[in-house]
Amino acid sequence: MKEKFQETATVLSQSCLGNQIYDLTIQTKEIAGHAKAGQFISLYTGDASKLLPRPISLCGIDRETGTLRLVYRVTAEKAGTAEFAKLKPGDTVQILGPLGNGFTVQSGKKAFLIGGGIGVPPMLQLAKEMKAAGEEFQVVMGYRDAQTFLLDEFAGQGESFAATEDGSVGTKGNVLDAIREQGLEAEIIYACGPKPMLRALKQYALEQGMDCYVSMEERMACGIGACLACVCNSTDKDGHSNVKNKRICKEGPVFDAKEVEL
Amino acid sequence: MRNTSIDLCGVTLKNPVMTASGTFGSGAEYSEFVDLNKLGAVVTKGVANVPWPGNPTPRVAEVYGGMLNAVGLQNPGIELFCKRDIPFLKRYDTAIIVNVCGHSTEEYIEVVERLSDEPVDLLEINISCPNVKEGGIAFGQDAKAVEAITKEMKRHAKQPVIMKLSPNVTDITEMARAAEAGGADALSLINTITGMKIDIHRRAFVLANKTGGMSGPAIHPIAVRMVYQTAQAVSVPIIGMGGIASAEDAIEMILAGATAVSVGTANFYRPSVTEEIVKGIEDYMERYQVNDIRELIGAVQS
Repeated sequence: MKEKFQETATVLSQSCLGNQIYDLTIQTKEIAGHAKAGQFISLYTGDASKLLPRPISLCGIDRETGTLRLVYRVTAEKAGTAEFAKLKPGDTVQILGPLGNGFTVQSGKKAFLIGGGIGVPPMLQLAKEMKAAGEEFQVVMGYRDAQTFLLDEFAGQGESFAATEDGSVGTKGNVLDAIREQGLEAEIIYACGPKPMLRALKQYALEQGMDCYVSMEERMACGIGACLACVCNSTDKDGHSNVKNKRICKEGPVFDAKEVEL
Repeated sequence: MRNTSIDLCGVTLKNPVMTASGTFGSGAEYSEFVDLNKLGAVVTKGVANVPWPGNPTPRVAEVYGGMLNAVGLQNPGIELFCKRDIPFLKRYDTAIIVNVCGHSTEEYIEVVERLSDEPVDLLEINISCPNVKEGGIAFGQDAKAVEAITKEMKRHAKQPVIMKLSPNVTDITEMARAAEAGGADALSLINTITGMKIDIHRRAFVLANKTGGMSGPAIHPIAVRMVYQTAQAVSVPIIGMGGIASAEDAIEMILAGATAVSVGTANFYRPSVTEEIVKGIEDYMERYQVNDIRELIGAVQS
C-alpha cells in the first residue's frame, strides 16, 4: 500500500507569527488524508543550488479538506525556509509525505503535552486530536521570550501553561520549572523540542515513573530511511540497522524515551 | 525497438542506469517511488563482515549545488544483509551489485567469500570511502595498495569485481591502471570528493566528522573529466557516477566513456529520478536515432 506521496501542493495562506516564525497552510491531494499528529513532510525549495528537502512538522491536519498547516522557523537569511516564507496564496511547493511514525496516544492516561521552541507546533495537532478523543491532558509550552507563538491556540484545547527563559510569560525557566511551580501531575508525557529539554523530560519521567514519548530531530537528507544521515543512538540494538542506531525519519521521529539515548 | 541493454563483465543489464552505493539502501525504501524492475542494477549500500555503527551525527550538510556526508558506512553486517536484503532484491528483475567495505584486506575477503554462493551478479569493492579512518580510502590512494587489494579480491571472489575509485588522488588514471593490473573486471568512479563546512556563527564544524564526502550536481563536471581520462587509460568497462541528476547528465557520462552510470545524491531529493533517467535516455535515443546505446559509449568527438 502506498504510504508516501510526492505532490505539488498549493499555498492557501501564509502569515508571519513574529520573529521569523511563519504559519503556512497548503492544499494537498493525498498527504493530509493519510497524515497523523507527530509526522512530518519534506518541502523542496525551487532553488537548484539547495538540493535537500527541508523536514517540517505538521502543526495542523485537516483530513476532510486535505489541508496541512506548517508552522516553521526561518533559520537564516538565505536558508531554504526563507524561500518558503515568500510563498503566497496560489503559489505551489513540492512536498513529500507523510513521513515518520507520529504519536501513538495511550488512551486513558492523563498526559502532559510539552513543546519547546520550534518543537511547539506539532503538539497543537496532537492536542486537537486528544481533545476530540476525550483524553485528559495539560499543555506546557516552553519559549525563549514573550513571543509565545500558538500559545493562545493551545488554551482553546485544554489547560495550558507556559515557561519562558526570560520570565516574560508564565514561569521563568523551562517546562519542568513550570510543571513544578504549578504542581502538575500526569501519567504520560508527549514532547517535542530541543535535545536538552527531551533529556530532562526523560530523566523526570524516570523519577516519576511516567511513560515518556519524545519527538526528535536531526539533519536529514532523504527523509525516507535510505541515507542513514538522521540516526539517533538507541539503548538496544535496532532490528533494521543491526546496531544501536535508529533512523529518526523512519522509526521516529517519535520514540519511547527509554529506547533512545538522549 | 532500440537497444538499451549493455553487457557489464558478462552480466546483461537491461539499461545502463544503476544506483550509487549508499544512496539507495538496498532498494526497499525507494520501491515505493521507483519500479525497481526498470533499473539496470541496484548497487547496495556498502556492507562489511560485521555490523558497523557509523559516525556520530550530524552526518550530512548541504553545500552549494551538493552535499557533504560522513555517514561512515553504517551497515547491518553481511549476515543480516544476506538474510534480508538479497532476498528482497531477488523479487525484482534487476541485477544485484553488492558494495563491499572493510577495515582490512581480511575483512574485505570475509565479505567477498560470504557472498560467493549468494545470488549476486557483481561485487563493487569500496576502496574509496573518505569517512572511515582505517580501510576504505587507505586502500584507494596508493597505486600499489590498489593493485594488491584488487588481486586479493579477484582471488577470493566468485562474481566479477568492480573496484570503486576515489577522486581524492593526484592522478586517477594511475589508480585505474593499478586496479586493471590487479585484474579488476570493471571500475566505478568517482566516489565523493573530500570537503568541509564550517558554521561561522558557532565557529564549529557542521559535520561531527569535520570532513565529509561531497556529492551532487556540483561535482558532475569533475566526474565527467575523470571518467573520460580513465576511459583513455584502461580497457575495462567504467561505471560513471558523480552528480548525475538527469538523463542528460547520464548521457554525458556515457559519451565520456562510461558503459553504465550510477545515480546517487539525486535520489535524496527526487526519489523517482532513476526511473525518469531510464525514460530520458530512451527519449534521447529516439530523438537522435540511436539504435543501440552501446554506440554512445565513449562517443564524444575529439
